Amino acid sequence: MRITSRLSTSLVNSIKPLKPLGNIRNSKLPRAYSTYPPQAKLNKAIDYGSTTMLCHSTSSALQNPELPPEIRNGTTKRMNLFQSINDALSLALSSDETTMVFGEDVGFGGVFRCSTGLAEQYGSERVFNTPLCEQGIIGFAIGAAAEGMKAVAEIQFADYVYPAFDQLVNEAAKWRYRDGDYGRGLGGLTVRMPCGAVGHGALYHSQSPESLFTHIPGLRVIMPRSPIQAKGLLLSAIQSPDPCIFMEPKALYRAAVEQVPIDAYTLPLSVAEIVKPGKDLTLISYGHPMYTCSAALEAAERELGISVELIDLRTVYPWDKETVLKSVRKTGRCVVVHESMVNAGIGAEVAASIQEDKETFLRMEAPVARVAGWGIHMPLMFEKFNVPDVTRVYDAIKKSIQY
Amino acid sequence: MNSQRIGGCLLRRGKGGISTSFLRSRRNGIWLGRCHSTMGPSQKPGSAGVRFPGAVDSKFTSSLSFEYPSTYTAIPTYRTMSPDGDILDPSVVLPSDEAALEMYLNMVRVSIMDVIMVEAQRQGRLSFYMPSQGEEGTCVGSAAALEKDDVIFSQYREAGVFMQRGYTLEDFMSQLFANRKDKGRGRNMPVHYGSKELNIHSISSPLATQIPHAAGAAYALKMQRLSNPSLPPRVVACYFGEGAASEGDFHGALNIAATRSCPVIFICRNNGYAISTPTLEQYRGDGIASRGTGYGIDTIRVDGNDIWAVLEVTKKARELALKDGGRPVLIEAMSYRISHHSTSDDSFAYRARVEVEDWKRRDNPITRLRKYLEKRNVWDEAKEIEARTNIKKEVLKTLSEAEKEKKPPIKSMFEDVYKEMTPDLKAQMQELRRVMEEYPDEYDVGEFEGGVASLK
Repeated sequence: MRITSRLSTSLVNSIKPLKPLGNIRNSKLPRAYSTYPPQAKLNKAIDYGSTTMLCHSTSSALQNPELPPEIRNGTTKRMNLFQSINDALSLALSSDETTMVFGEDVGFGGVFRCSTGLAEQYGSERVFNTPLCEQGIIGFAIGAAAEGMKAVAEIQFADYVYPAFDQLVNEAAKWRYRDGDYGRGLGGLTVRMPCGAVGHGALYHSQSPESLFTHIPGLRVIMPRSPIQAKGLLLSAIQSPDPCIFMEPKALYRAAVEQVPIDAYTLPLSVAEIVKPGKDLTLISYGHPMYTCSAALEAAERELGISVELIDLRTVYPWDKETVLKSVRKTGRCVVVHESMVNAGIGAEVAASIQEDKETFLRMEAPVARVAGWGIHMPLMFEKFNVPDVTRVYDAIKKSIQY
Repeated sequence: MNSQRIGGCLLRRGKGGISTSFLRSRRNGIWLGRCHSTMGPSQKPGSAGVRFPGAVDSKFTSSLSFEYPSTYTAIPTYRTMSPDGDILDPSVVLPSDEAALEMYLNMVRVSIMDVIMVEAQRQGRLSFYMPSQGEEGTCVGSAAALEKDDVIFSQYREAGVFMQRGYTLEDFMSQLFANRKDKGRGRNMPVHYGSKELNIHSISSPLATQIPHAAGAAYALKMQRLSNPSLPPRVVACYFGEGAASEGDFHGALNIAATRSCPVIFICRNNGYAISTPTLEQYRGDGIASRGTGYGIDTIRVDGNDIWAVLEVTKKARELALKDGGRPVLIEAMSYRISHHSTSDDSFAYRARVEVEDWKRRDNPITRLRKYLEKRNVWDEAKEIEARTNIKKEVLKTLSEAEKEKKPPIKSMFEDVYKEMTPDLKAQMQELRRVMEEYPDEYDVGEFEGGVASLK
């Protein structure tokens, strides 16, 4: 059922073009995974080394006003996304001995290296492997959280969360509600899962099931786009008094590298981030497509002479409706981008909320556009035509402006 | 040959009842952790068995032979008291007459409450009820063996556990009528009890989901005591029926409880039926107990109609669960579901009335204990009549008081989804209030505390 750890690690490695081997350097072997057309102006590889989505310098990382003063006066370290997750887990384990990290293959460091070194440092009683059984893992985590532990459970791929769906929907989400006056909640529960397309993950190593969880009252659903976010949002999720689903875009584990504050800090849940202010159109996304949006936005501003406001939802439920509506009231145009299927996705909720809000509805100058995965499963050879790319986002911006 | 095979986990074949089988497992040291600690690098030339990492103690054999479940003798059912109330196991530690009487009265209380509440449901005064007739012994007996700080997870047919632990008649009635005194704030179906003071987590309807919770909670207790050894040793007890044991959560829970050495007692109430499904359609193995050893879990089967046997077994299980840093224990308590599954079920559609009557008369946990008490001269017919009359009066009085209480404020429907109410929920609450105020004749809010005004 599971691909081996080496193979899954190679899934995220291959986001960068592989170096050709010496003896086949001049051969014209076709690549076995998605790549980019040589003439493309829009659909070019994301340059993670220069994108404005990441803080490449210490000063840019520390000027974030959401960070507390002591962090802003501190130092940073270059980390990729899996390292920042690892850092957050390590800080959570060291600051509170009720914290436990567990799941399949977590003990040796995890198939994506997120728990590297933690078992050695904090002991195999607190960082450990579980049997291969998702409903068991989440049920176990719920019980531990119900008795006061901070249980950070890992589901190896979001694609494999469904056996635990009953535990998350019927148990975790409803725990506080049904306990009523007794007030026993599952604040200690955090469920981490790698999600999203990765180049060749096909049907069962590519899914982004966030909207299945945003239909469940009681859960907080979070997806970071960068190492700084991942660390701050994960530490918030672990401290949150509510059970949290923390989805990690696996394509970014190694690709996204930035300067991350060394000490522990949190970023607010259910608060969107205005990544770039603008006045003609609001572009909304979260997670990995934020990089696609950034590239499309730059092209659109250059080509169409417009100014686009880019918003990262960060928490997709309960989401920051106020920030989004405020922005859309200002711009009158909105494009929502996500990787998961368009139908009943996050975009549907954003679009519905915009048309439902009288003040915003009256200010709309174009229909809300959604750029998302088609209504299909993730096919191996066709991934690049399914995941929203720069061209599709650019086109949606253009159509909205020209409406 | 089969029944004597060891190879790790088939030690349950002991015939001498609980103590012998415990001793045997101790002597043979079959805990999973130890098995793995003996794992060596590779096999030596000429050795009788190869050390496959997946089964380190397995010997080679050149005779082809399947393991046939049909050749295994069924796990025996431990009993300490005959249906006439005579003690069969002289080594059993019996409680004081005072404690025995309290347990007896708790069983009677549950059975009287059951009859009255089923009737109340039939009259339409209550939306739903689930009686536990026939299983009072399993619940009261096991609960009496637990410490007050032990954590309990239950399925829904454990009124006896709540009663023995100190859940009051008012608590029961408030929950059943979902009134303003219901700690569940009127959100749950009847019989979905819970109590923080009594260390019992709130019941939910999905079957078997609580079994892995119990494993995780037990691990939490174990970890908390590791970091603070002055804490009292605690276990988790988890109740479920034999039907629920077919769910995947049962498998996930027992396996993880064993691999993480969790101090948890799994108590299966095998009452012969899951709604209409008889056990023959539920499983083909030797009940639930036979599965325990497969997970490397110490296991026993007990006569659930024998309250002293259940008490003794649960006490021993608790000691065992706390040994050597903790381990899970499985108890399968055999009984018969005398009542219908619930008030939404007419069980005579799938089983004969005579079968039920037979069980009611022939073997019943309450009459068995009554005979014991009468033989010890602490109980008689006059006391029985008086006690039953008083309990009945008390239940009816609490019922009618609970029925008259106001319902919780409507606002409570929006609270506790999250710790803090979200802006969306606040807006939705205002929207409901607006609609109710605009169409006052369309909503009957009089029975709810505070009426529409609570929605702010």
